[in-house]
Amino acid sequence: MKIKFLIATLAAVLLCSSHSFAQDTRDLSPAELEKLYWDRIEEKLSIYTDADVKFMEDMIIHHSQALVMSRFAPINGASEEVQVLAARIINAQLDEIKIMQRWLLDRGLDAPSVEYDGIESVITMLQPAKENDGGHMSDPSMDKEDAMMMRGDMDMEGMDHEGEDHSEHEGMDHDNMDHSMHMDHSDMVGMLSMEQLAELRDAEGPLFDELYLEYMIQHHNGAVVMVEELFSYDGAAQGVQTYKLASDIQVDQRSEIARMQRMLNERIVSSVEE
Amino acid sequence: MKSSHFFGLFGAMVVLLASCTTQSNMTYSEMPAATPAITPVPVTEVESPAPDPRVGLSPGLFDAGDAIWNMELLSTTPPPPDFVGSTNSDLAFKDNYIIQGNYDGVIIWDMTDPTSPRLVNDYVCPASQSDVSVYGDLLFVSGEGLGGRIDCGTQGNDTRVSEDRLRGIRIFDISDVENPEYVANVQTCRGSHTHSVLKDPDDDENVYVYVSGSASVRPEEELPGCSAANPEEDQNSALFRIEVIQVPLDSPEDAAIASSPRIFDDLSAPPTHGPSPADVDKLEQLQAEGRNVFMFRGRIREVSDDFAARLLETYKEEQEIVGEPTEDQMATFKEALPDMVIEMYSRADYGAETGPDQCHDITLYPEIGLAGGACEGYGLLLDITDPVNPVRLDAVADQNFSYWHSATFTNDGSKVLFTDEWGGGGAPKCREKDPMEWGANAIFSITEDKKLDFDSYYKMPAPQTEFENCVAHNGSILPIPGRDIMIQSWYEGGVSLFDWTDPENPVEIGYHDRGPISVDGGGGGGSWSIYWYNGYLVNSEISRGLDIFDLKANPYLTQNEIDASKTVELDYLNVQGQPMYEWPASFALAKAYVDQLDRDPAMPEEMIQELRAGIARAEARGDKEVLQDLASKVASNATGAHAQKMTKLAETLKSLAG
Repeated sequence: MKIKFLIATLAAVLLCSSHSFAQDTRDLSPAELEKLYWDRIEEKLSIYTDADVKFMEDMIIHHSQALVMSRFAPINGASEEVQVLAARIINAQLDEIKIMQRWLLDRGLDAPSVEYDGIESVITMLQPAKENDGGHMSDPSMDKEDAMMMRGDMDMEGMDHEGEDHSEHEGMDHDNMDHSMHMDHSDMVGMLSMEQLAELRDAEGPLFDELYLEYMIQHHNGAVVMVEELFSYDGAAQGVQTYKLASDIQVDQRSEIARMQRMLNERIVSSVEE
Repeated sequence: MKSSHFFGLFGAMVVLLASCTTQSNMTYSEMPAATPAITPVPVTEVESPAPDPRVGLSPGLFDAGDAIWNMELLSTTPPPPDFVGSTNSDLAFKDNYIIQGNYDGVIIWDMTDPTSPRLVNDYVCPASQSDVSVYGDLLFVSGEGLGGRIDCGTQGNDTRVSEDRLRGIRIFDISDVENPEYVANVQTCRGSHTHSVLKDPDDDENVYVYVSGSASVRPEEELPGCSAANPEEDQNSALFRIEVIQVPLDSPEDAAIASSPRIFDDLSAPPTHGPSPADVDKLEQLQAEGRNVFMFRGRIREVSDDFAARLLETYKEEQEIVGEPTEDQMATFKEALPDMVIEMYSRADYGAETGPDQCHDITLYPEIGLAGGACEGYGLLLDITDPVNPVRLDAVADQNFSYWHSATFTNDGSKVLFTDEWGGGGAPKCREKDPMEWGANAIFSITEDKKLDFDSYYKMPAPQTEFENCVAHNGSILPIPGRDIMIQSWYEGGVSLFDWTDPENPVEIGYHDRGPISVDGGGGGGSWSIYWYNGYLVNSEISRGLDIFDLKANPYLTQNEIDASKTVELDYLNVQGQPMYEWPASFALAKAYVDQLDRDPAMPEEMIQELRAGIARAEARGDKEVLQDLASKVASNATGAHAQKMTKLAETLKSLAG
């Protein structure tokens, strides 16, 4: 991966050194211009590290849990305000999941896709198209190895790509999960435990509102931490697309945490006066 | 109704005038010039093309289908070779030059011929987002991404800590615009996502650069003093503050951070003071009634029964109480309850602070001493009369707003428009099912005591495909006298021209849009910024290059109004350092006001006709007397809802009369 990065760098340097011989792009036909554009986009795709890949994979799974949490809102009697928030979260995170899957598929990598059955999740791997048009859904009758039931501990081992170094997860204990209210129940910070998900599924009305807000704050905090982690790796998030996506997730979720905290405060303590 | 009446009257006058041409040869030839070719129509009666031609445009990168209304595309120029496939970003203007930021550097164009802008310099110096501003001989460029280098190298930085990394503000000397010289850097802890340049009317020695950096804090090993801790733990935290850089105009190399205002402090809390004796009495009374009440941030608060029940469970676990608590245990729990709740407020890592910790962008309007801060979940109104010590006047949040992105004031400073860049700009947020309140603009009136009062939302109305990233983005107001008209980017949703003179009823009056860049979701683009500059609308298209538009006269924006806007000429423009437009007295200005008084309608037809004919005569023959007469007549009638406009017309006529 490091080598890939250097090649991309070299290509970029060569491109820029040809600067003085540059022709006016106005002389190019739309087709020639377009070819130049896609060639450049293609070159930029190769600028990534293992940490970037891991981030995309993890964040797809992380975001998917926000979807299942939010889908309870309309059926569990959430207040209108919380329903609006939940609808926004579904809309925003679905779009981001698509962007992240696309990111992986464009680079010739498998992309996780998470389906929920109640609070049980099933991950399937989308595979990059061999030829032209980006990714496609893998065959539902795929190998059993490609699909696996995800339990509360969200064990990610099955997703590792051959030859990639995911050593940053060493030391994480996947087998001895503590299903308490703490946030160390998985290797992804902020993920809800199965107990928390079940609690949310069973909550109604005002209690649902409070639980949803509390758990979504926890969940979003996890995403913020994941971005911080990404930025702490050498060479990570150098690609424009990667950097933008990670930064956008971070700032969006921070803003939303603030909004949810405000909503939660208003619910927990109602003002007697006014 | 109104127009048929108008034409009836006009027809009668033509006949009347034609019949007397033998006696007098002066008026007949003048009448057609005095009559607008297009009758002004109120924006409340806008008829836009239907079905909307923006729906179903054919895809293409450099050959997409397009739709245009009330605008004219003068030129589209692809990026220079080194910048093809790299993101074009924001725009600044100086003299006849356009300075276009790009994630890989800066592109400078000469727009003397708007139908064929000349490439002047393509300066490779990567760093996202390359937000650009100018002042005098200086050009400022933002760097935020992790790959930016002090030496402008394109190789990136492949370590977490790098002495070559640039995150902050680059300063160039552009006394020779065609050959910028890189003269200084100011490094900041969070880099610069955007920045805005403040020229304080009382300070000619310096300019001030307000830096917004929403990205992560760099490691202390890379830039000493940078801390990402919560401000309670480390008062030097780079979070919850903006940076103000002072740039001495004579020695830009001495530019440095002058202050780091914490404009977000206590944002979640209303202004506090100790409890009043009355509050204390009331609190004791409620507590005596057995209610779970306590003082928090200066107000009496009550814990809901549901929540108290949940906290009781937690309390029982902590105290290892099994079964029903005893009366004594309940009493101790009730005593502990307020502290438990207060602790909850400060429990979550980031959730502890309920306010934003950065702005995305700040628009400074020094002539009115105000700034609009678009800061994560809040829109702020700031007093900037002391440039290094901005003071927050108000802050608003909105459940429909996801990410407050940028601000634009009306020319008179009575209103401000905030944009919501929901989804960060890379996602399609203008699909048919996306609500019109989300990813939109929110318009606020600024009250006399400098508070923000919500009026309405505006979103570009044409539904876009799922392949087009689309959400509210940058724009600027046009110097259309007497009206608030704005042109705005919506990424692949194109550009939208709209009137928000009535803040409660913004209306679209023009647009340009292209089909998707690709329908398999690859690539990305659309309009990053479109700004008015000296008569033209200049569009920075992320992938496709640079578009320059002119306005086309239409019932909602007449040729006279367009001509009046073209009398405003700026030496430079940074849209986020908003200038106040001023109109020199001109016939175009007078005629524009007449068109508006006709459109509103604010005057009897006869008066409008008299004004049109009189102004035309004065323009053709230098008849000053008629201008004097009209000026006094208009001034004496300047009452009611349109008094202000009539007064302005009277003043214009008077100036023209000399």
